[in-house]
Amino acid sequence: MNLTLKVWRQSGPDDDGRLVRYEIEDVSPDMSFLEMLDVLNERLILAGDDPVAFDHDCREGICGMCSMMIDGVAHGPQKNTTTCQLHMRHYNDGDTIVIEPWRARPFPVVKDLVVDRSAFDRIIQAGGFISVPAGSAPDAHATPVPKLDADSAFDAATCIGCGACVAACPNGSASLFTAAKITHLGLLPQGQPERGSRARAMVEQMDEEGFGGCTNTGECTAVCPKGIPLDTIARMNADYLRASRKSG
Amino acid sequence: MTATIDRGKATEPVTQIPTRPRRSRRRVSSNSLKAVMAVSGAVLVFFLVAHMAGNLKIFAGAESFNGYAAWLREVGYPLLPHRGLLTILEAGLVVAVVAHMYSAIVLARRAAHARPVKYAAKVKSRANGYATRTMRWGGVIIFFFVIYHLLDMTFGVANPEGHAATPFARMVAGFEPARWYITVFYVISVVMVGLHLRHGLWSALQTLGLARRYPVLKASAAGLSALLTIGFLVVPLAITFGVVR
Repeated sequence: MNLTLKVWRQSGPDDDGRLVRYEIEDVSPDMSFLEMLDVLNERLILAGDDPVAFDHDCREGICGMCSMMIDGVAHGPQKNTTTCQLHMRHYNDGDTIVIEPWRARPFPVVKDLVVDRSAFDRIIQAGGFISVPAGSAPDAHATPVPKLDADSAFDAATCIGCGACVAACPNGSASLFTAAKITHLGLLPQGQPERGSRARAMVEQMDEEGFGGCTNTGECTAVCPKGIPLDTIARMNADYLRASRKSG
Repeated sequence: MTATIDRGKATEPVTQIPTRPRRSRRRVSSNSLKAVMAVSGAVLVFFLVAHMAGNLKIFAGAESFNGYAAWLREVGYPLLPHRGLLTILEAGLVVAVVAHMYSAIVLARRAAHARPVKYAAKVKSRANGYATRTMRWGGVIIFFFVIYHLLDMTFGVANPEGHAATPFARMVAGFEPARWYITVFYVISVVMVGLHLRHGLWSALQTLGLARRYPVLKASAAGLSALLTIGFLVVPLAITFGVVR
């Protein structure tokens, strides 16, 4: 099939950037979205042009690197799917596809479609961990965890930190990302001692990075490739407010 | 003693990501502002329920309606002065409205700040829709409606009967058939309030971390906001269509 792409091109953080139109022929429906961009880049390189910079790593939907706003939807039209797992069979001959980077002040554009998501690292650094003596691995049954808690914690832990929640949120909020980690650790016995301080530190870091507040629109969970549920945010809010009440 | 083996790139010092300068810690967190919105919103919801119950007394006749209005001013007397309890409640409502609006404005500004560059493609909403997207502008419309409503029914400035008339007379004159456009304005505004509540009711519980069982919660929020909307709409419509005169 033949497609028209409108891709955000920006040579660096200080460039203004613009959408550039590319016609691409003979796209196979079996290609992934990133493979389609690979083909585009090969042609750009052959023509002596600068290839489109985009983040990618595992290409099997588990690393969270590929980050593209495709026709105004984070990770494109397929639910619970990262860009790399989106295939061209969902498009028709003659379609026009607009591809943009995530848009948020805490995610500055590095080049073209690549944004710097270090803000997420700093939120994790603020409290997304448990402080335990790191020795040899403990026995698997040393700390009993109720099955339902283990399942919910695991669901939250599947967050790959791709940033789609921020990109889709009308407020540019990182609540789903932050809440996923707070839920993951807060549900497990190992996470209890730091539960309150973790929620406070991570929520405050999220604000400090310049992310917006949550208005419970649910756009984040709708585009999340891992389907992180909205109740994680309720848990984060509960932990945060409880901790704030205790220590003022 | 530590020996360092040079492995080229692998042993090079890691370039640290520069952390950006920390802003003042005194900034109120967005989560706290949202909690303020939730609590002040809850105060306003309780007020709306009482307000609706009072309005519906119009169907019991002028005496009952005016009697209720008079009782509101006398309740607690002589322990409290005339209009004592009402003044306390009014002050509480003003505080709630101001807190709700202040938090909304700060949060809206932070949200705008968080996305300096807009998307070129129209962003498609993937989640539940209209009520959520109209919260901010809906809130502004409701604010202007409340101002008109106070001028109309409380102060009587925008009412044909004026301040001196009984509450019943003001109400009936305000929605008389000839003033059908006022009724239309009220209907639109009350529907806006209903939409605002539809998202606001469950959103407040989510913000306070009390949300459980979302399908039940959202259905209850929709049910309660529908009930309030209908409860508020029947009165002006009944007057305009001549059921109450």
